[in-house]
Amino acid sequence: MCLGIPGQIVEIIDAEKKLGKADVSGVKRVINLACIVDEDNPIQSTIGQWVLIHVGFAMSKIDEQEASRTLQLLNELGEAQREILEMELKQQ
Amino acid sequence: MKYVDEFRQPEKAEALFKAIDNLAAPLSDKLARAVHIMEFCGGHTHAIFRFGLEQRLSKSVELIHGPGCPVCVLPMGRVDDCVALAERPEVIFTTFGDAMRVPGSQKSLLQAKADGADIRMVYSPLDALNLAKKNPDREVIFFALGFETTMPSTALTVLQAAEGNISNFSLFCNHITTVPILESLLDSPTFNIDGFVVPGHVSMVVGEKPFATIAERYKKPMVITGFEPLDILQSLHMLLVQLQSGKPCLENQYARVVQKAGNIPGLMAMQKVFELREKFDWRGLGEIDKSGVKITEEYAAFDAERKFAVPNLKVDDPHECQCGEVLKGEIKPWQCKVFGAPCTPQNPLGALMVSSEGACAAYYSFGNTKELLDKRQEARPTK
Amino acid sequence: MAHGAGGKAMKDLIEEYLVGQFAGKSFAPLEDQARIDLSEIIKHDNMQGGKLAFTTDSYVIFPLFFPGGDIGRLAVAGTVNDLSVGGAKPLYLSCSLIIEEGFALDDLRKIVASMHETAREAGVAIVTGDTKVVEKGAADKLFINTAGIGLIPFGVEISAGAAKVGDYIIINGTIGDHGASIVASRQDLALETSMQSDCRPLNHLIQSMLVASSEIHCLRDATRGGVATVLNEFAEASRVGIRLYENALPIQDETRGICEILGLDPLYLANEGKIVAVVAAESAGAILDAMKQQGFDQAAIIGEVIAAESPQVTMKTIFGGEKMIDLLTGDQLPRIC
Repeated sequence: MCLGIPGQIVEIIDAEKKLGKADVSGVKRVINLACIVDEDNPIQSTIGQWVLIHVGFAMSKIDEQEASRTLQLLNELGEAQREILEMELKQQ
Repeated sequence: MKYVDEFRQPEKAEALFKAIDNLAAPLSDKLARAVHIMEFCGGHTHAIFRFGLEQRLSKSVELIHGPGCPVCVLPMGRVDDCVALAERPEVIFTTFGDAMRVPGSQKSLLQAKADGADIRMVYSPLDALNLAKKNPDREVIFFALGFETTMPSTALTVLQAAEGNISNFSLFCNHITTVPILESLLDSPTFNIDGFVVPGHVSMVVGEKPFATIAERYKKPMVITGFEPLDILQSLHMLLVQLQSGKPCLENQYARVVQKAGNIPGLMAMQKVFELREKFDWRGLGEIDKSGVKITEEYAAFDAERKFAVPNLKVDDPHECQCGEVLKGEIKPWQCKVFGAPCTPQNPLGALMVSSEGACAAYYSFGNTKELLDKRQEARPTK
Repeated sequence: MAHGAGGKAMKDLIEEYLVGQFAGKSFAPLEDQARIDLSEIIKHDNMQGGKLAFTTDSYVIFPLFFPGGDIGRLAVAGTVNDLSVGGAKPLYLSCSLIIEEGFALDDLRKIVASMHETAREAGVAIVTGDTKVVEKGAADKLFINTAGIGLIPFGVEISAGAAKVGDYIIINGTIGDHGASIVASRQDLALETSMQSDCRPLNHLIQSMLVASSEIHCLRDATRGGVATVLNEFAEASRVGIRLYENALPIQDETRGICEILGLDPLYLANEGKIVAVVAAESAGAILDAMKQQGFDQAAIIGEVIAAESPQVTMKTIFGGEKMIDLLTGDQLPRIC
């Protein structure tokens, strides 16, 4: 129940039924967009959006900035570890 | 693959492994045992085994695999109910692939299919609804399985069916909720888990609040986590930092997908279509209050349990099973008396061997430690 | 299709669709058996005493037509490959069709044409055949049975039990393409993709490998059950360990996409144009070159044979952990968990 895969919405198939087409690594499928559209987020605005897809539904928009931030934190941790290692090596 | 590969970079993992070990070692010394981290969700268990993460962690951290596997905790009696429904000649029984091999007291859905029942695998509940539209003279039943992650999709499908006046579509509802089982574990006196990797996709639906409440009440570190290996490792790091600081709380590592309030359209659909059951039976764990959902009166026309009679019998696991103890982290899978002999993925006796992400099945199939290899050798005939 | 057993209608069917497409004059097409001059076979033997290779198989697949092929191509390529992986030069095939009443003539023509084309590609002759029409329900549309003979030259000793510690594991291209394309083409999953099966005869490839090196120890095509199953068979027969390296596995983007969406492992998906070879380490370079020269530019070394207390296949993941790659029980099913 956790298998969700990121995909990009490339086309709107049926605005009334809230159906769009998503692309996952070159494989396309029609998915339901009901969970990610509302008055502030009309269906046409979802084209190009990356979403988390689960059992044929877009369950969430993927926030590009948050993704970058998470990766940035990982990079910083890597840097910090390298500095610790260098200090340890110097002390030997 | 975007948003996947960036979170699978092995070079970035090396730093994390070291950082985790550096934090865990002193904590472990203080506890006089390894730090116990439980990942609740089967999807996390699967990722840990798929990428071989556990082996790279030092002895200071021990991962305990929790009961968040909706297939594993499906009682045999409910599988029997599914088979009974599927064997009705007018029924097309639809299900996710995960449930096909779970044995009932007589047979699994896969065996029932081989015996002639019209059972079809679907990827989405919407596919089941489409089948109903295309086959107006048959009754299409969808086996609704899963935690809160999957509830919005099921609920929205029912709403669509209602809107379209589809009368030959119904759900056999087996959805379960996360919080009651977590609380039940945390309330147990023998429970000694130091922190939780929280299911990221459940939170995607329900938001942060339910888990923040638990973190506060039980004073346990909790981190909402994504499903790529770097997500899991980062989450372990965050949990250890919390343990070190002595300030447990809820954090969200999966902010690129999980919003604080959860998914509003999904939650609204769930509220219309589902309500809590008083009690629900979990295989290996017994009955847990308010842990399952059923369909509301308003949408009763889509409830297979009201539409059709099912045997509704409680079937116990064989008494040798120690699934409950493994689920609570009290023993390791290979410490179960019947692990490997005779309980194997090919011949599962209990819940945790049944699904590929059940802890026992995962260890049996992927695990590489000596104890496991010895157990597997015992079970295999030598040629 | 009003063809019962025997009768003029059957004779017409054989002559028009089957033998007309396959036979050359030398195989006595209107007799009950194909007749082949022994000299035609012996000429491929290098006079030191090779072996006759003889195989049979039945094809009962569904769907009959899939992206990149059909049951006819699969049957010919599969039989050719079964001979070739033993080191044989494939020579002659038989083909038997069991046809369910009502099967579309047009589809039959397409499949037979496909068999003819694949045989031509492989350079083999289908010299004899048979058709039977059975009543509705007695067969699932179309079953094809084949047999094939070939010549293994003296000195070529390839066997599942011949792997040696230190050998390398080589594959001629990306994994899981056939299985992924079949899954993707299932109407009920509604996936849109340009994925094609990799179904093809591999005898020319294998011949060039045999020229490049005499140290090919094991060779099999990774059909049902995928690369993982073949490697387990080698490990078991040779009583060795096999270690794969995840970062060395060649895989197409679309195969990956299908696997990630449905929760499938490409190591267990079927291939119909891929062989797994276990070769002496010193020969690996020459064999890779031979593969690339034949157009298989994604050929790669994917693992090695190691000593082990008991036969097992493991994989070093991209994160440095090592996990078991065990045999699957039953087919993989798409999952949502």
